[in-house]
Amino acid sequence: MSMAEHTLPAVSLRPRQADDLGLRRALSDRLLPLLVAAMAFLAVLALGGAVAARGLAAHWRGDAAALLTVQVPQPEGAGGAGAGGLTRAAAVERALAGEAGVLSARRLTHAEIEALLSPWLGGDTSGLAMTLPAVFEVHAATSSVTADLSARLQTLAPGTLVEANGVWFDRLGALAGSLQACAALALALVAFVATAVVAVATRAGIAARRDAIEIVHGLGATDGMIAGRFAARLTVLTFAGALTGVLGAVPILLIIAALTAPFASAQAAGAEIASRLPLVLWAALPTLPLTAGCIGWVTAQLTVRAWLAALP
Amino acid sequence: MDGESDAEGGLALVGVSLRYGPAGPLVLHELSFAVAAGGFRWLLGPSGAGKTSLLRLLTLAVRPSSGALRVLGAAIENTRRADLPPLRRRIGVVFQDFRLLPHLSAFDNVALPLRLAGRPEGQVRADVSEMIRWVGLTRRLDARPAELSGGEQQRVAIARAVICRPALLLADEPTGNLDDAQAARLMQLLGELNRLGTTVIVATHNESLVRRHPADALVLEEGRLVETPDHVHG
Repeated sequence: MSMAEHTLPAVSLRPRQADDLGLRRALSDRLLPLLVAAMAFLAVLALGGAVAARGLAAHWRGDAAALLTVQVPQPEGAGGAGAGGLTRAAAVERALAGEAGVLSARRLTHAEIEALLSPWLGGDTSGLAMTLPAVFEVHAATSSVTADLSARLQTLAPGTLVEANGVWFDRLGALAGSLQACAALALALVAFVATAVVAVATRAGIAARRDAIEIVHGLGATDGMIAGRFAARLTVLTFAGALTGVLGAVPILLIIAALTAPFASAQAAGAEIASRLPLVLWAALPTLPLTAGCIGWVTAQLTVRAWLAALP
Repeated sequence: MDGESDAEGGLALVGVSLRYGPAGPLVLHELSFAVAAGGFRWLLGPSGAGKTSLLRLLTLAVRPSSGALRVLGAAIENTRRADLPPLRRRIGVVFQDFRLLPHLSAFDNVALPLRLAGRPEGQVRADVSEMIRWVGLTRRLDARPAELSGGEQQRVAIARAVICRPALLLADEPTGNLDDAQAARLMQLLGELNRLGTTVIVATHNESLVRRHPADALVLEEGRLVETPDHVHG
């Protein structure tokens, strides 16, 4: 220890990663984090939209699209050709059971049919002159089994209706796909704007600290040292901003999920508040601040290094 | 003429010219001279003669427009940009306008070259404390440049330039804001560094200073070298 240390007054030494370039003032912790927070907020909503559209599309293209309804009028009448003496309903039920691509076929009970018709016919149908049709709820492996099935059932029980919502579900699936694409585009746009905002902030910081940069460059600082100082500062600012935006957006997302719960599955409608958001969304949310931090780091590095390249 | 001027620690120019920008006027014309490691030169000439431009060349702040420049053993025209920072860390510079970082204290300004060189913080504290004491700013450690007088700022700039014990020390009017006692003290420091092997080049208008410390001189006029004791005929 040198003698000078005993005679010198105490001085507040800073760590080596100290703010040599004065970036805490040049890159303030106000405007940039606020802008990043706003973009992160939008990104969360876009991400939520994308995840919801993806879930709906999967639902529509999956279970719902493959759900058929088969109506057999005059169910107790004699079956047509190939019915083998069975009633029309029984012949159709046997055919459905043996149909390739049909996962399950369940005949609705009389009470269930009455419940379906009650808005139009009232709760009691015993006084009706007409016979209620037999109704089968069929789960098919795919939505494409209906074409041939309908023709075969017509043979067994003429007048049988096979209602498939596949076409509509395909259209709704396409709509959901479009929504996903829009959400992805919105996310890409948010990332692009975030990059631009960071680049502008970095250039503003360079302009504010141009002299300091040139001095430390002249003293032997490498491009990596200088760009690293900027990148560290901007990573902190973008991460903090994005974290704020995400935390602010989560309650909004939960409210939207609560409002849209009736349109979602029965499970989601009755779930706890937190469980109303898909797990994949919960998993994706923490990646937003990390992504923002990465955008801050990479953009700052590239912007500063590009500027420094003009120096000798 | 100095001996091995292009060896480690020395510098040599052969036909070096400099213009700012591709279409700018030549500010230095075909300069050729050499200074051996451990040499001392005054750099003299009227204002606008090109002294500061020559110092900027030697501090590697600009590259020559033409000619061959060799600094501390490196041929600058062939040196990759990524290889220049280690070279710059071996060069100490006292700027005419001090060029201190306004947001840093006197202590941190002096410590900057050591920190850029990656020295341990304990060593930084010891070395900077010693240097600050030597330039008489012990009570001004925490002061920012704006809180220091011109002379105090100049002493901080000098301390920063010599803290790494550079192989090449370049000073532009280093005594301009110092009183006679401080100027003598600075010349004593430069002499000590020179004796320890540092090559020193001092640009000045101060004729009395040059008379008190006689040494070889490079004299510039309108960007041309008009007088040198060791002119290199390229």
